[in-house]
Amino acid sequence: MSTPIVAAPDGFALPQEQRRFIKWTIYLGFIVLAFGVLNGLDQALNYAHIDIFRFFPGMRTYYQGLTAHGVFNAIVMTFAFANGFVALLVARGLGTKLNSGILAASFFTILIGTLLTAGAIVSGTASVLYTFYAPLEASWPFYLGLALVVISTWITSLNLFVTLAKFRREHPGERIPLLAYMGVATYIFWDIASAGIAIEVVVFLLPWSLGLWHGADPMVDRTLFWFTGHPIVYFWLLPVYMSWYGMIPRQVNGALFSDSVVRIVFLLFLIIIPVGFHHQFVDPGVPRGLKYAVAVMTFALFVPSLMTAFSVMYALEIGGRRAGGSGLIGWFFRIPWKDPSVCAQVLAMLAFMLGGITGLMNASYNMNLEIHNTTFVPGHFHLTVGTAVALSIMGIAYWLVPYLEQKELWSAKAGLVSSWLYFIGVLIFARGMISGGLAGMPRRTAISLIPYAEPPGWRLAGILVGVGGSMMFAGALVFFVVIAMTVLAGKRTQIADIPYSVTIAKPQNAGWELSLDRLRYWIAIAVVLCVVVYGPFLASQFPLQLNIPGFRAF
Amino acid sequence: MNHEAERYERFFLIISGVFLVGFLLVLAYTSVHMRVMLPGRVGTIEANPGESLAAAVFRTPPFNHLGVTKVGPDEYQAVYFAQAWAFFPREIDLPVGARVKFIATSVDVTHGFFIAGTRVNMMLLPGQISEETYTFRKPGKYLLLCHEYCGLLHHTMHAWVIVK
Repeated sequence: MSTPIVAAPDGFALPQEQRRFIKWTIYLGFIVLAFGVLNGLDQALNYAHIDIFRFFPGMRTYYQGLTAHGVFNAIVMTFAFANGFVALLVARGLGTKLNSGILAASFFTILIGTLLTAGAIVSGTASVLYTFYAPLEASWPFYLGLALVVISTWITSLNLFVTLAKFRREHPGERIPLLAYMGVATYIFWDIASAGIAIEVVVFLLPWSLGLWHGADPMVDRTLFWFTGHPIVYFWLLPVYMSWYGMIPRQVNGALFSDSVVRIVFLLFLIIIPVGFHHQFVDPGVPRGLKYAVAVMTFALFVPSLMTAFSVMYALEIGGRRAGGSGLIGWFFRIPWKDPSVCAQVLAMLAFMLGGITGLMNASYNMNLEIHNTTFVPGHFHLTVGTAVALSIMGIAYWLVPYLEQKELWSAKAGLVSSWLYFIGVLIFARGMISGGLAGMPRRTAISLIPYAEPPGWRLAGILVGVGGSMMFAGALVFFVVIAMTVLAGKRTQIADIPYSVTIAKPQNAGWELSLDRLRYWIAIAVVLCVVVYGPFLASQFPLQLNIPGFRAF
Repeated sequence: MNHEAERYERFFLIISGVFLVGFLLVLAYTSVHMRVMLPGRVGTIEANPGESLAAAVFRTPPFNHLGVTKVGPDEYQAVYFAQAWAFFPREIDLPVGARVKFIATSVDVTHGFFIAGTRVNMMLLPGQISEETYTFRKPGKYLLLCHEYCGLLHHTMHAWVIVK
């Protein structure tokens, strides 16, 4: 009665060469994450009035470090991880190999993009933060590098589509295996969602930084940025959902109860792309009615995450009860907490609940008037991308790196220490950030250098941020030690396969469920919705005013 | 087990849906009844060919008359411009109970306009006019902050609103 969520569960091995490209794409993400996390420590201490950023190698100002922290962690690391991990899972799900040439092209594109962007940031000519709002003007390698990093994700999606097309030719009439379905849906969604940032960078900012445009249109640029800037969080999250749905049930000896529910969740993320205006609630120039409409759509976005909460919790419960757990919550303590991969990801899920609640608060526009651009916002997203995603990726690494290296994990115990340190750290950190935000503490601000007396509530908030952030840093440091030691000194072993899961309810080969696999219709709906929400606004901006001169005092 | 799970899930999603709709109703209530409104489209400032944005701002009403103007009983208008890294005027005085319409713009980069502890919270974009109305019911020294990164000395950018 149980159905594996891959097509050919036995006897599949990815060719060595492809495994190597996937490995180095993911390692590139981890190396970049290490630099980003290092720059997180000085951000956190800054809030506790400890000013160490000027002593950082290559980093001269707080804002330069903040740019590195945001760009490295949120864009480069997440994209590199997705390119490697999702490609591996799709190949595994379909039981077929990828296209080697496209795989190599994707790797070298993101590598060159990362080097260009990192070079611009370290040279101090791109301290424009992760949002790079024009007319702040970075040097051209920053924009070109970012464009290449985005293009590498498109190259990866091409690989997934080619591989899926091959599977469909060879298996006519079969459903797309769930593991592959999740990966392909993620990249289709991202191809549409990334259009905003791609147009912003390639059409406006990159030519502008090369002197081809005389100025920028800040309103249009930030609107294009946030067209991508909200859905980008789902591009961070969905690879992790693939692990929560596709691997975690197996890792806890549970099972996923419904195949179709998972597909619906991914389709909902695909459809509800155009909600970026909720980042512009307090912007001038955006009509009020549009803001209210997007506010309602944003609330709809909680539905797929609530569905996930149910399905994944249920999978955990099955595992916990099989291990002898009983009662209303007794099962929760019986899941394999000693497995660092499970421990990290379940802690990440707990953080995500708080992240979801604070997200609802941000999305409520009346609250948004109080907390927009205060530290409440980083308090929220360090629970989501900073923990739900980052800690899950660390958890995934505890089986993925041994699989890619064919070596045993160096120390499971150290992995547990890392996960708990990071989790407790983020709770303290976010408590500080959230309370600081409610007390009016602005985000993206060198608090250790402010020239006015701190208003009440900021001091305690800042200390909590410093303490919690330091614990997160320590946890991440232990993670990097575990991974480095596994790669360098792990005992050789044979790991045949990844821990893919099974579903209890089979995917049906008839009826309404077939429509879930007809992706082109869902794509059409998604594109139409984007045009309906963004089309009239963008059309009203013509003719564009590319006349605001660049600003480089950073 | 499967059947049971589906029933539980439906129950869970219905409860979730009720909560989400409830939240939206509360939002609608605060908008309609308590008049908590988001800022909308106000207007733009466009420089003529050869003219700087700053020059265009200063010739455009109401920015040709910065600071506080009394426009009715307990009704005021406070006009600001922001420039890296200061607000002008640097300090304004208001009586307790003043209902103030803040009108502001930027002459260079994107800035924030946030009075800590209130819901006066808006973005200032070069070429766009921002507006927000707020009633000060408590006396005090309110901190007006730039809360959007605007370059090297962003953290120094602040001003004061004195209510007494």
